[in-house]
Amino acid sequence: MAVELDTLHKVVTPENIDLQVECAGPVSRCLAYLIDLGIRALVMLVLGLLALFLDRVGVGLLMLGWFALDWFYPVLFEVLRDGQTPGKRALGLRVVHLDLSPIRWSASLVRNLLRTVDFLPGTYLLATLSMCMTRRFQRLGDLAAGSLVVYHTPLAPTAALPEVRAISAPLALDRDEARALVDFACRANTLSGARQRELAELLAPALPGTVDDPVRYWQGVGLGLMGET
Amino acid sequence: MKQADFERRHAPLWERCESLLATPAQDGASLPAVYRQVCAHLALAKQRRYTPELVARLNDLAGRGYFALYGASRKHQRLWLRFFVVDFPAAVARNRRFVLAAALLFILPGLGLGLAAWLTEDAIYSFFGASQVREFEAMYDPANARVGRDRDSQDDWQMFGFYIYNNIGIAFRTFATGLLFGAGSAFFLVYNGLAIGGVMGHLTRAGYAVTFYPFVIGHGAFELTAIVLSGAAGLRLGSALLLPGNRSRLGALRQCAPETAVIIYGAAAMLVVAAALEAFWSSRTSLPAGLRIGVGGVLWCLVIAYLATGGRRAA
Repeated sequence: MAVELDTLHKVVTPENIDLQVECAGPVSRCLAYLIDLGIRALVMLVLGLLALFLDRVGVGLLMLGWFALDWFYPVLFEVLRDGQTPGKRALGLRVVHLDLSPIRWSASLVRNLLRTVDFLPGTYLLATLSMCMTRRFQRLGDLAAGSLVVYHTPLAPTAALPEVRAISAPLALDRDEARALVDFACRANTLSGARQRELAELLAPALPGTVDDPVRYWQGVGLGLMGET
Repeated sequence: MKQADFERRHAPLWERCESLLATPAQDGASLPAVYRQVCAHLALAKQRRYTPELVARLNDLAGRGYFALYGASRKHQRLWLRFFVVDFPAAVARNRRFVLAAALLFILPGLGLGLAAWLTEDAIYSFFGASQVREFEAMYDPANARVGRDRDSQDDWQMFGFYIYNNIGIAFRTFATGLLFGAGSAFFLVYNGLAIGGVMGHLTRAGYAVTFYPFVIGHGAFELTAIVLSGAAGLRLGSALLLPGNRSRLGALRQCAPETAVIIYGAAAMLVVAAALEAFWSSRTSLPAGLRIGVGGVLWCLVIAYLATGGRRAA
């Protein structure tokens, strides 16, 4: 088996199946953070403008608001909104525990308090270094809390299958070969025509002599292997 | 079985799983069974090498089922009560070595500078600038009509907000910087110890003890212990990295993190109490000093008794 060079994180559930998620890298997380930062700055600004009209009781309450916004904005959203702050939601990200269960108070608190260290020596430099050096893009807070930021985006709609007639395979195929032909059929609308002809060319020796369009022929074989009619 | 047949046969079940996940309230009891079926289908789809689209769809469905199923069961009620009666004091008791170390880091330098400032006029200026010294001298000068800050009840609220913002921020930073192998926590403990000890020594020397101690003793019971506790939690993080024992450093860190979170929750709650006391009680300078010292002493005893004896059995 080839070494997998990708950003997938696999978890074996109690039902003994592998669940896979895609870990989110520094760029999308940075964008999500900037959105959250903007929202927080806006709220702070509005609160600050309100404070101009308030007495000192109001100023006291305002500082409570600032405090909560400073330290608990991410924690509250992550725990109460399924691991998504507004920024993460906009980018399709979600915070989960390493076992993919929803993030809870203690892990969320730890990962967000440790932002203080991740931020050092400014502009989240330690966090960026840590993300680049760990396999699952974890910053220091994530490492301590055992949390993970993953993509949580709706699935892309399944690509339409090509409009060809299913053909039964002309020769015995093993599983990998069958899989390759099925994939070839499924990707009929995403691969360019030239690339499809090039790929079909590879199978020229196996092509029956009577076929005039190898691309459509192998797509048909793929559909046949899938069981389409 | 070919993929098309597989999809045709099981699509109704997947649809059902979708609808159960969309509206959890509706017939929640059948989700586990449906979820396990989907898990089985995912395993089959992978093993039979069906198309990536189908595997991704089933993986997504099973993932969301897992998220719903294993997240929901952990909602408990009255956890906060258990937290204060058992969890928090038990966590402190289990980490008493770190609490002791943090207390020493906080008290010893403070005691040193405090004694020096008490005995000599100049010692305080080795830590504070002259303007700072004048500032806190003015705050606690017995000649003032009002001690602490010149304030009325509106100021109480303003100061409450400020104490929360400032003090809990300090506690959180003291904790978080423990991740730098404990160095940050140690620094903040020593620094705050020096500042507080120096002020105490200097004001005692200046003869301001009659106004200073009645003011600080009440909320100090919660504030100083909370700072020591957050420092202890930070040292715990640092020690996991420095002395991981027979775990990996990362494993040791991850293992101790939930417990440090418990201590930090507790310390934050104590700081909220401290801020309320400091804003609304300590500033009542009209009350006799003896009463305020007495109440402060009782609070100290209660806090120490709570931390020392609470949760012993659970620890």
